[in-house]
Amino acid sequence: MQAATQATLDFLKLYWAPLLCGVVIVAVLPLIVGYIVLVERKLMADMQARLGPMRVGPHGLLQPIADAVKLLIKEDIIPDDADKLVFWLAPVFSVGAALLAIAGLAFGPAFQIAQDLNIGILFVVGISALGIFGIVLGGWASNSHYSLMGALRSSAQLVSYETAAGMALVCGLLFAGTLNIKSIVAAQGTQGVWFGFLAPVAFFTYLVASIAETNRAPFDLPEAESELVAGYMTEFSGFRWSLYFLAEYTNMIVVASVATTLFLGGWLRPFANVRWLNFLDYLPPLLMMGIAGYCVLRMPKQPTRVQQMFMLAVAGLCLVVAMVLAAPVLLPFVKPSLKEAVAPFYAGIHGGFWFIFKVSAYLYFFMWLRFTIPRYRFDQLMRLGWHFLIPLSIINVLVVGVALIVGSYFNLQGWALLLATTPAAIVALVAALAILSIDQKKQARQAGTAATDFYAG
Amino acid sequence: MPNQYLPVLIYAALVIAFPAVTLIAAKLIRPTSTNVGAKLKPYECGIPPEGDARRRYSVRFYIIAMMFVIFDVETMFLIPWAILYKGWVAAHMGLFALTSMLVFLGILLVGYLWLYKKGALEWA
Repeated sequence: MQAATQATLDFLKLYWAPLLCGVVIVAVLPLIVGYIVLVERKLMADMQARLGPMRVGPHGLLQPIADAVKLLIKEDIIPDDADKLVFWLAPVFSVGAALLAIAGLAFGPAFQIAQDLNIGILFVVGISALGIFGIVLGGWASNSHYSLMGALRSSAQLVSYETAAGMALVCGLLFAGTLNIKSIVAAQGTQGVWFGFLAPVAFFTYLVASIAETNRAPFDLPEAESELVAGYMTEFSGFRWSLYFLAEYTNMIVVASVATTLFLGGWLRPFANVRWLNFLDYLPPLLMMGIAGYCVLRMPKQPTRVQQMFMLAVAGLCLVVAMVLAAPVLLPFVKPSLKEAVAPFYAGIHGGFWFIFKVSAYLYFFMWLRFTIPRYRFDQLMRLGWHFLIPLSIINVLVVGVALIVGSYFNLQGWALLLATTPAAIVALVAALAILSIDQKKQARQAGTAATDFYAG
Repeated sequence: MPNQYLPVLIYAALVIAFPAVTLIAAKLIRPTSTNVGAKLKPYECGIPPEGDARRRYSVRFYIIAMMFVIFDVETMFLIPWAILYKGWVAAHMGLFALTSMLVFLGILLVGYLWLYKKGALEWA
């Protein structure tokens, strides 16, 4: 008995941090996803000159919780002809893969479940790609035409863009020289420049491919409402449906985090090595203070007392976050001897802030695209993938390789490496555009002869 | 050295537990459903569904899947090359590393061109 307790204690001593991270993620992520949905609806409303959710809580702030409760108590329907077991397992598989992929990600120097996983980014990409099984199985199991079509489309789309995304990652890895997530971010710190600047074409390719992989508009063909009702989710209802939803948004967070880690400097502050820009450290607490102040300002305008209290609570929360962010920056001024002791807290807290900030910016871009660009047709989507993005990414890998040789020949470091990589990016873009124009000419020649197949997919 | 994958395994158990627990909780909370009319039939815009959904579908999906295998394996081979490339460049062997990858990519490029000519990359 004692030996068992001792073993447990030893185990906890070794793994308390990853375990805590895991519990926090599983507990908090559904809530975060709910609020991402709320932000998306609010943004959509703003861009369409509406108000969006306003009823539940002040400015609809409690809407996600109401939605979750609604989904929990909804009637559960499994179609007669469905394959019951697969129907049960498919959403679980989807959400499991999406959540498990987070294990490899680092939301800051300390906040990581699988500490120092040496295949880091490969693990994340590999596990998150497994989510497609959940979609295909769910679509097949529901035995509905819409579901099957959506699942097939989804798999074809994911498979097509996986290659382009993989090539873009290879491009980033050329600069990093490692797969370990912490080392990738550290490499961007020591080189002083984010890989997004060094490999802009790869970043662009990854951006487009990640939108397609998460089935987001303008590439949301698998769940195109006007064509396929809801795609692979058509027959799913209640909490099963919300598991799919959770998986989709978690996947968005995962691709945004991968892009942030590899191309946007992870948890590094912008220009982390530039001494005179150190005032940027005051930005996060000031931002949170600003939000808190705004909430207090809006408080008297709320119609009922409960809503006023809630607004005040939100302001208080923002103030606490601001204080936590300000403490590691301001404490060394008060007591210079604390500088060393505070350093890891500074790295952890501010690193986390910048990482979340960058991921949010990436997600905001996703949403912005969704409300701006109309949906693609399926053959257009496939053409974009196979005729443009894949050749572009392959050419890009090669020219970046050449640029690295040139850079090493002239001994270019940090920002100076841009002198070699920018022409490379231009060469890659011109080459891919040339391929595209040849392709389009060929298309125009064929257009007169071939009959359109409206039932193609 | 602590095992790197042990936390992942424990986290995987947590991840599986999450949907299991919520699904069971939902089962306890929600009202029992009643089967009325065609409620349990697949949705097809309000009319009775036309036959079984598991029919044959377009061969293009199979072609895409096959091409994916080729190109994804290519990416897999590129990743170790990309990791080691900086070291090779630093050792002034960059051109050797690049040309060896060029040969590999060249073979695949011929395949890509052939697929392109055959029209395998066309959807409609």
